[in-house]
Amino acid sequence: MAKVLVVTSGKGGVGKTTSTAALGATLAQMGEKVVVVDFDVGLRNLDLILGAERRVVFDFINVVQGIANLSQALIRDKRVENLWLLPASQTRDKDALTEEGVAKVIGELRTKFDWILCDSPAGIERGAMLAMRYADEAVIVTNPEISSVRDSDRIIGMLDSKTVKAEQGERVEKHLLITRFDTARAARGEMLSIEDILDILATPLLGIIPESQDVLRASNVGSPVTLNDASSAPARAYIDAARRLTGETVAMMVPSARKGLMDRLLGRRAA
Amino acid sequence: MRGRSYVAFVFCPAVPILDWLEEIDTTLTRSPGFFVGKPVVLDLSAVDLSQTAIAHLIENLQQRNIRILGIEGVDAGRLTSNMPPLLTGGRSCVLAVNEPKKVESKPKANSLVLDSQVRSGQSVVFPDGDVTVVGSVASGAEIVAGGSIHIYGTLRGRAMAGVNGNSAARIYCQKIEAELLAIDGYFKTAEEIDAISCDRPAQVWLEGDIVQITPLN
Repeated sequence: MAKVLVVTSGKGGVGKTTSTAALGATLAQMGEKVVVVDFDVGLRNLDLILGAERRVVFDFINVVQGIANLSQALIRDKRVENLWLLPASQTRDKDALTEEGVAKVIGELRTKFDWILCDSPAGIERGAMLAMRYADEAVIVTNPEISSVRDSDRIIGMLDSKTVKAEQGERVEKHLLITRFDTARAARGEMLSIEDILDILATPLLGIIPESQDVLRASNVGSPVTLNDASSAPARAYIDAARRLTGETVAMMVPSARKGLMDRLLGRRAA
Repeated sequence: MRGRSYVAFVFCPAVPILDWLEEIDTTLTRSPGFFVGKPVVLDLSAVDLSQTAIAHLIENLQQRNIRILGIEGVDAGRLTSNMPPLLTGGRSCVLAVNEPKKVESKPKANSLVLDSQVRSGQSVVFPDGDVTVVGSVASGAEIVAGGSIHIYGTLRGRAMAGVNGNSAARIYCQKIEAELLAIDGYFKTAEEIDAISCDRPAQVWLEGDIVQITPLN
């Protein structure tokens, strides 16, 4: 049965799009049929992370408004066979999305895919509300800092009240994904600890993604971090997280600071 | 041509007709919409009425918003063409009468129990009594209660107890990291709380016009 999963956070810049692309690509590599849907109308990014920006002809808004049909707007990834993208419109804004239109598109995607990953825009307004509206599950992306954690808390409250599932008296299954976890700063006690975050948010942990240059490097070449270098620390963390999403039990690794010889000699911070 | 059967109310007027009409009126005062939109058949077999008397009866019922679908138990010759038609062959059946259920006035609940934690941005307002939260209250969330507030978790948001002037209300929690505490309008802000709060279950109460925080046990 198709699962609609929203990747959301409240706060911007925490890694929603990166996480959507990485989780989507990994699930697709595991043999699941995956579509990633960009809900960030007007500020789309997912196409860039997936390296599909020059292949966008029709977009989500065109489908919602009935100008194009779904198969015209879906873009198949060139590297992973089972991965598809439904891009957002860059020229419109979030008011162009309607609840009925989104419901129709999600309903249609449910018949075609195993996983529908909705990349939510930041904020708690219309765009973010519609991205979570029809979700069965949610990945809440949080950075280990207090502003991000509080925004995530707000979003969790909304997942429990504003989604169709919540209105029907059911629960949206929630997973917490901690990103940009800086091992060196954590060691110095400059960040919220994993325990503190879990205590505040009281939500099951899906994974911990270490802060890494690999993420930026991958997005620069238009590739999900898991495809660009599957052996890198963030990629391995995302792969574990994706396996947990499918119900596998994978031991949780808290990234630890590993300083190379050069780092130590030059006294640099391990990135 | 197709046949179809329907269920209708049957009125059996008895003499004196005036008393019988009064009975109808009593039913109507009890539930004014009782006969609205329901088919009604008049069974005149128990009475012997003249043509004018029948016309008079139908008119009386019409004034009470009861429309007659048909008449039975009377000689066809007594009915005029502008009266409801004569019906025969009716079979009796049991009618399920849906009396409007009386709304039982329950005593108002004087406590509110929340089984999950209160998230940032959520506001719980309960002026009628105590609020109990089984879980934490997040930073940016608020609880407003007419009575006391009990939090089985960490209080990181705002808690306002005794808002209707109840100075005996208290706030209890497992751990205080609150943004604001208030009882009956007297409050303590985060800075003042930080200086006092401890890593233990605590209660907040009002002594005169000073909000006190003391550890429990």
